[in-house]
Amino acid sequence: MEPIRTFSSRVVALPMENIDTDQIIPARYLKVTDKAGLGEALFADWRYDAAGRPRDEFALNQPAASGARILVGGHNFGCGSSREHAPWALLGYGFRAVVSTYFADIFANNALKNGLLPIVVEPAAHARLLALAAEAPDREVTVDLRAQTLTLPDGEAVDFPIDPFARECLLQGLDQLGFILAEEAAIERYEAEHPPRVRTVS
Amino acid sequence: MIEGAPRTLFQKIWDEHEVRAETAAAPAILYIDLHLVHEVTSPQAFSELRRRGIPVRRPDRTLATMDHSTPTTPRRGNGALPVTDVQGAAQLAQLEANCREFGVPLFALGDDRQGIVHVIGPEQGLTQPGMTIVCGDSHTSTHGAFGALAFGIGTSEVGHVLATQCLLQNRPKTMEIRLTGRLGAGVSAKDLILAVIARIGVGGGTGHVLEYTGEAIRALSMEQRMTVCNMSIEAGARAGLIAPDDTTFEYLADRPHAPGGDAWPAAVAAWRRLPTDEGAEYDRSVSIDADELRPMITYGTHPGMGIPIDAMVPDPAGVPDPSERAALEKSLRYMDLLPGRPLLGRPVDVVFIGSCTNSRITDLRAAAEVVRGSRVAPGVRMLVVPGSQQVKRQAEAEGLDRVFREAGAEWREAGCSMCIAMNGDQLEPGQYAVSTSNRNFEGRQGKGGRTFLASPLTAAATAIRGVITDPRTLAPAPVAAGGGR
Ligand code: SF4
Repeated sequence: MEPIRTFSSRVVALPMENIDTDQIIPARYLKVTDKAGLGEALFADWRYDAAGRPRDEFALNQPAASGARILVGGHNFGCGSSREHAPWALLGYGFRAVVSTYFADIFANNALKNGLLPIVVEPAAHARLLALAAEAPDREVTVDLRAQTLTLPDGEAVDFPIDPFARECLLQGLDQLGFILAEEAAIERYEAEHPPRVRTVS
Repeated sequence: MIEGAPRTLFQKIWDEHEVRAETAAAPAILYIDLHLVHEVTSPQAFSELRRRGIPVRRPDRTLATMDHSTPTTPRRGNGALPVTDVQGAAQLAQLEANCREFGVPLFALGDDRQGIVHVIGPEQGLTQPGMTIVCGDSHTSTHGAFGALAFGIGTSEVGHVLATQCLLQNRPKTMEIRLTGRLGAGVSAKDLILAVIARIGVGGGTGHVLEYTGEAIRALSMEQRMTVCNMSIEAGARAGLIAPDDTTFEYLADRPHAPGGDAWPAAVAAWRRLPTDEGAEYDRSVSIDADELRPMITYGTHPGMGIPIDAMVPDPAGVPDPSERAALEKSLRYMDLLPGRPLLGRPVDVVFIGSCTNSRITDLRAAAEVVRGSRVAPGVRMLVVPGSQQVKRQAEAEGLDRVFREAGAEWREAGCSMCIAMNGDQLEPGQYAVSTSNRNFEGRQGKGGRTFLASPLTAAATAIRGVITDPRTLAPAPVAAGGGR
């Protein structure tokens, strides 16, 4: 994975609470066996009408959204199913970060594994970002992963928390599987001390 | 941890499975006893292993099944299932090829053990107290009914577990959900969990493992406990747990993968040490009186939007928080419902009985008792989809399939079906369904479809009347909420 450090972008807002993964990527798009093309289906049922034409009123279809890499959603973003197709679709579309007041656990986990930053901010900063998207959609904010800050157009920096291990992996472009594989000896020891509880093959 | 300090059920399982403890710099490495796999969330994980040249570390602790995109329409004359969807068929074929290549056992279509991943684990006795169980599926929380720490993971993590049998995990917090009292007649485990979610909210369990305690939980059968734990994720929780007891052991005894012979008493003795110790503390606690609960139904577009079946649709005007109000307005618009009106008496188009929440034999028995001798109302389509081939076979041995068919319902093969609408079983835009599944998100059961989540009793009563019906009011006698094992 490419290391992530800083990036700047306009923000696009979907200020609804509890945006679930069935909205992010409807189940009928989960029949793929790879990750290609999921960006096209991002928010498909909100983004396109019955004939498959973009709905003008949807935020992602407005001119200011084009090229935006930061999405601001309402609280409990990514609730529902464990489908990693949700972060794949967001990344496929071009997003690099989603900002909310809090995220569903599995979504946040999945996002971090793919280099999509789930950025948690306080309600006041969240409100400012929503206002920015509504009132000055051409202004940019800057995300700095090392400093864990999100800098608003007026220069104010908002701190955000992020799992330190995931952050380190993202900064260095390391993948987490490599970390577990390196613990082979500890895993072997554990297995030697703990007989299997069940065997699925006879 | 201080040696001998009282611990919760969760802590005991967690401690037992730490390959490496959590540090300031890295999460814990947790050993996984059982990894369940299905066709939708696994292909990219197998590809990753192939790309890196890594084998599956423990195929003997891994089990795959086909469920999400499998057809549930009746078999052809030659016994084959008609997979009509090209992409779905390719995904099923891919799972078959991956399992063959990596040596993973698979319950494929045609295997009499095939079924929904969260139905087959318990049914085969693979789900046991004290285990860690994961699956690329959020309803893995179901297995917590046995006192197993079970949770859903994403596809990257599916790859981690395939490759190492381990997961990186930060220790979640714990929340006790205490259910005092006893459920009344016609009130089921589904109503109980919908009430819990309505109380704590769809995000209320975020970062937590829920442990359900109290006499109302103790009184539940294993299948009812699975219904409760299944929907823990709908409150945002990582997992749901219920401490094992005699009900658990009775369910497990003699299952194909349960410990046999001398191993059985030893296993039971170990399982008896799992329940939360006297004096152990939870990070949060919530108490709910089961005596007060009525049958529940959802009116909105997430599972936290539930009300007692005889209550009125909430009015956004009464919601002080602006973003909550906006969410409610949006939901009611999607559902095309008016605030302040009852749901009772509203016509529906479809009734779906199935899903990993309510497709087990006791669910089907409960629904069959309601429809026995009646007809599904004109204009209503009723689908009954057993959770597994084993459930289907058992139901047929009891004649339940005939009860449903004679009432005019469709009796199907096992699978997820209209819970997720990936296999062609779906609502048409604008249709209303009462569904025993777990998600009422926009479009979940088909693009533009509208879902009311409810219990099998409520769903069956609604099918007969053609309008949303309180099962307690359906003559003659109110039926028991599904007992047995
Ligand atoms: S029945 Fe529904 S919720 Fe359960 S595993 Fe299948 S799709 Fe998921």
